[in-house]
Amino acid sequence: MPTQSNQRPETGAFFARDRAWHAPALTPEYKTSILRSPQRPLLSLDGTISEITGPVFGHSMIGELDNDLIHNYARSGESAIGERIIVHGRVLDENARPVRGALLEFWQANAGGRYRHKKETYLAAIDPNFGGCGRTITDDEGHYAFRTVKPGPYPWPNGVNDWRPAHIHFSVFGHGFAQRLITQMYFEGDPMIWKCPIVQTIPDRAAIEQLIAPLDWGQTIPMDARAFKFDIVLRGRRSTLFENRLEGN
Amino acid sequence: MVQDLHRLKETPSQTAGPYVHIGLTPNFCDIRGVYETDLGTAMVNERTLGERISLRGRIFDGGETVLRDGMVEIWQADAAGFHNSPSELRGTADPNFTGWGRCPTSGEDGIFHFDTIKPGRVPYKDGRWMAPHITLWIVARGINIGLHTRAYFSDEADANAADPLLSRIEHRARVETMIAQREGNIYTIDIHLQGPKETVFLDI
Ligand SMILES: [Fe+3]
Repeated sequence: MPTQSNQRPETGAFFARDRAWHAPALTPEYKTSILRSPQRPLLSLDGTISEITGPVFGHSMIGELDNDLIHNYARSGESAIGERIIVHGRVLDENARPVRGALLEFWQANAGGRYRHKKETYLAAIDPNFGGCGRTITDDEGHYAFRTVKPGPYPWPNGVNDWRPAHIHFSVFGHGFAQRLITQMYFEGDPMIWKCPIVQTIPDRAAIEQLIAPLDWGQTIPMDARAFKFDIVLRGRRSTLFENRLEGN
Repeated sequence: MVQDLHRLKETPSQTAGPYVHIGLTPNFCDIRGVYETDLGTAMVNERTLGERISLRGRIFDGGETVLRDGMVEIWQADAAGFHNSPSELRGTADPNFTGWGRCPTSGEDGIFHFDTIKPGRVPYKDGRWMAPHITLWIVARGINIGLHTRAYFSDEADANAADPLLSRIEHRARVETMIAQREGNIYTIDIHLQGPKETVFLDI
C-alpha cells in the first residue's frame, strides 16, 4: 500500500466528466456499438462515498516480470519477437497532480498483429514467447514504465477492409472507483490512426491526439529499445473547501 | 485573456475491445504463468464479517443477445458500511474484505458471478442513509466508455423506497432495473444495455 501519511486524505468528489470529450455511446461507424449503446440519458450522480472511494493495490502484488512483456511469457532464455520498445509516462489527475499507486494493466497483439485468444482468427502467426499482458503500479511521482514489443496492426470485421492501427490497451485504477478508465494508446506517425472507426468514435481531434504516444528519443536505450511516452490523465477531485454540511454536523 | 486554470483534460476512454480478458483476466482465457491468479476473483476469506451472498447476472444487448465477451467489476462497502479505501475516513473497513471484485462474462452462457457479502448502509452526501447497494462497472467490445450502475437488494424494500438515488428515477418502472432479486443467498441482476428494459446507468 502506498504511503498516505504525508498526504491529506482524498475525500472530494470528482469533477464532472466532460462527456463531449469522450466518444458518445452510439457510434454507428463502429458497428458493435449500435446494439450495445444505452439510449436513455444517464442518471447523473454527484459522487457519494460509494464512488469517491476505490480499491488500493500494493506494489507487493506485482511480480518481477509483470512489466516486461518481452519476457513474462517467454521460455527461459528466449524472448518475444518484434521491435523492442519501452512505454513510459506518468499518471496525473486533471489538477496535474501525480496519481501515486495507480494500477495499470495493459494488453496487446504481438508484433504480427495476432492476439493470443481462442476467438482470434487472424492468419498472422502466434509468437510462442509472447502472452500479451502486463501490469505495473505508479511510483510516488506517478511514473510508470514497461517493456514490450511494438504490436502489429490487424484487420477486424467491421467494414469490408477495416484495420486497427498498432495500439496497446490500458486499464487504469486511480484512487476512486469513479476514475475507472480503459483506453488505448497509439503510436506517433501511424497513418492508420486516422482510418480507424474505433479511433474516430472520439469526436474531437485534440482528444484523439491525447492517445498518441510520441517517440521519446531521449529515453531510447541505445542498441536495445526505442521509447514512447504516454501520459494518462484521470479525473481530478474538487477541493473540499466549502462542502455542503448539515447544520451542526 | 484571463488566468489559466492549469487543468488537464481526462484521457479519452476507448472500448475494451474483444480481448479485454487477455489483459485483465489472463488465466481465465488460458494465458497461464504470467500472474498466479486473476485479480478480483477472491473478495472474501473465511474470516470476513457479514452475510455471505452471491451476485450474479448476465448482460444483454439491444437484440436480447447475451454478451459473452464483457467484463464486470464491483465495488462495495463491508458489512458495517465501510469501504476498504484510504479515502474512507468514517471508520476502518474489515481487513478480510477487499470490497472489489472482477469477473468476465462466461464465454458459454454469459453469466458473471461474485461471491461476496451483503454491504452495510452508507450515507448520501446530505447525511441521509442510502439503501445497501453494490456499484457495478461494465465494459465490453462495442461499449465506448465504461458503464456505471448499482445493484440494490429486493429484500430491502423499505430502505429502497427511501433511497436518495432511487427516489430520483423519474420513470418509476425503471427502478426495477437496479434491484437484484433474491433467491436464497443468490441475488440476480440482469443488465440490459438498451431496449424497453434498459438498465439505469449513472453519470458519476
Ligand atoms: Fe486491440
